[in-house]
Amino acid sequence: MSQQEYILRFADTALIASQRLCEWVGHAPELEEELALANLGLDMLGQARKLLVHAGSFSEPVQSEDDLAMHRSIGEFRNLSLVEQPNGDFAFTIVRQVLLSAWQELLYSELLHSSDEVLADFAKTHLPEVSYHWRYASTWFLRMGDGTEESHRRAQEALDTLWRFTGELFTVDAVDAAAQSSGVGPDLTQLQPLWLSRVATLCNESTLFLPTGKPSRWFGKQGDHGEALGFLLADLQSLPRAHDGASW
Amino acid sequence: MYSQGLDNLGDLPPEQEAELVATFQARIDAEEKIEPKDWMPARYRHTLVRQISQHAHSEVVGMLPEGNWLTRAPSLHRKAILLAKVQDEAGHGAYLYSAAETLGVSRQEMVDDLIAGKARYSSIFNYPTPTWADVGAIGWLVDGAAIINQVPLCRCSYGPYARAMVRICREESFHQRQGYDIMQSLCSGTDAQREMAQDALNRWWWPSLMMFGPPDSDSVHSDQSMAWKIKRFSNDDLRQKFIDITIPQAEHLGLNVPDPDLRWDEESQHYEFGPIDWEEFSAVLAGDGPCNEERADAFAHKYEDGAWVREAAAAYAQKHTTQSKGKS
Repeated sequence: MSQQEYILRFADTALIASQRLCEWVGHAPELEEELALANLGLDMLGQARKLLVHAGSFSEPVQSEDDLAMHRSIGEFRNLSLVEQPNGDFAFTIVRQVLLSAWQELLYSELLHSSDEVLADFAKTHLPEVSYHWRYASTWFLRMGDGTEESHRRAQEALDTLWRFTGELFTVDAVDAAAQSSGVGPDLTQLQPLWLSRVATLCNESTLFLPTGKPSRWFGKQGDHGEALGFLLADLQSLPRAHDGASW
Repeated sequence: MYSQGLDNLGDLPPEQEAELVATFQARIDAEEKIEPKDWMPARYRHTLVRQISQHAHSEVVGMLPEGNWLTRAPSLHRKAILLAKVQDEAGHGAYLYSAAETLGVSRQEMVDDLIAGKARYSSIFNYPTPTWADVGAIGWLVDGAAIINQVPLCRCSYGPYARAMVRICREESFHQRQGYDIMQSLCSGTDAQREMAQDALNRWWWPSLMMFGPPDSDSVHSDQSMAWKIKRFSNDDLRQKFIDITIPQAEHLGLNVPDPDLRWDEESQHYEFGPIDWEEFSAVLAGDGPCNEERADAFAHKYEDGAWVREAAAAYAQKHTTQSKGKS
């Protein structure tokens, strides 16, 4: 059960990140960004689907990707709090993506060595995608920070607001510890200095300040979510829940 | 920019003018492609800018009615297909703006014209998508009609437009199939799903037929466009082709086409259909459709809201170009 919950953390993080990226489509500041954000959304959705299928295989009877995506309630979702934060403006979305992609790139690099073969294979396939997401988001992060006074202010505000959700990325609880001891996942605490170094270097180049705020102690990966996720799930799940048992 | 100045025939002696026009038409008649740096009459250029920019705007505005369902697609499989489809539309917009730019107009000018109400997008996107079945109906009918309209454009006389259309048509064909697949799932599903599919067909059928434009007797631009081989078939011929292809598909789905006059004519080997409400078409074209204001507002707000992002990118590029010049 604990391995399933561990995988669901990555699956739900990708799923909710994808859902937020979908909200941009048709409304991005430039046609090229429509293409890029949709591309990131598609990558995240593809990752979510594979991981949900894998997580569902631990259930008896086996649960499908849609059983898990469409028919769980809010407390059963295991995504990071970071990704459920509403899009805000373009700077907010970019900062959220930078913080996430830097972490996913480090995480997937470690999952290449997972004792769970499905997870290791997943990491091999999708590491190049998250590396690209980091490059895309960090390029915009630089433009925001070192662009105009307004873009700098917006990016700094986003960074200050989102910072408190980053403690969760490296906090090890019983589920993470079990995955680590069985060789399924890495020691998350060891990823923190690497992640911090990348983000700090980027902030420095972008003329932005690294926040020092206190991390939140409420973790989405343990099922403790904010109010915004409820609205996201209402959108995501409305149709299959209104037509129970229907095929689409 | 480009050779626009040379398009002005008034500046040339009449013999030279006649020769240029004759050579241009001879190239078109010989099925040669006209390329951006070639001489072309100003009206040919103007017609293409109007048509290609309208097509580009339609792709971009067309992202809105379907994008409306991205967060609510009923399964992750359907969500992935829809997201890829809407992304394709953004890509089509980008190719088409580029094709139009080869004629000497910038993307910004085209976007400004749309926001100012001087340019148009396809009227079909002024209809709403209140249910999931609308996503299916758009793919099946709207993309189906677009393919019939657009396949001949792959042989359009203007090279950049023709080449862009080859790729676009390939992707539109995938879009049409995914739309029909949604309709098939709904029609083989529950009573509520079948009702949803029938309701969508009822709402999209007549607007889809209007996509081919006014009847040939009232079509303003047709004759010259045909002579220039921008257009290859008449509006009425393309509409008839669409109807002949689509009715058997509707029958296969078990849906009723909302036209009491529809019947197969053995003699002509075509379907006969009832009168199209051209007053409705004109009203929507003039701005009185169910979603004209929403679409125009969404498009304009996107550009207003994104202005500071574009300014930041420009400021960053400026700073870093200056810095790298300073270093060298």
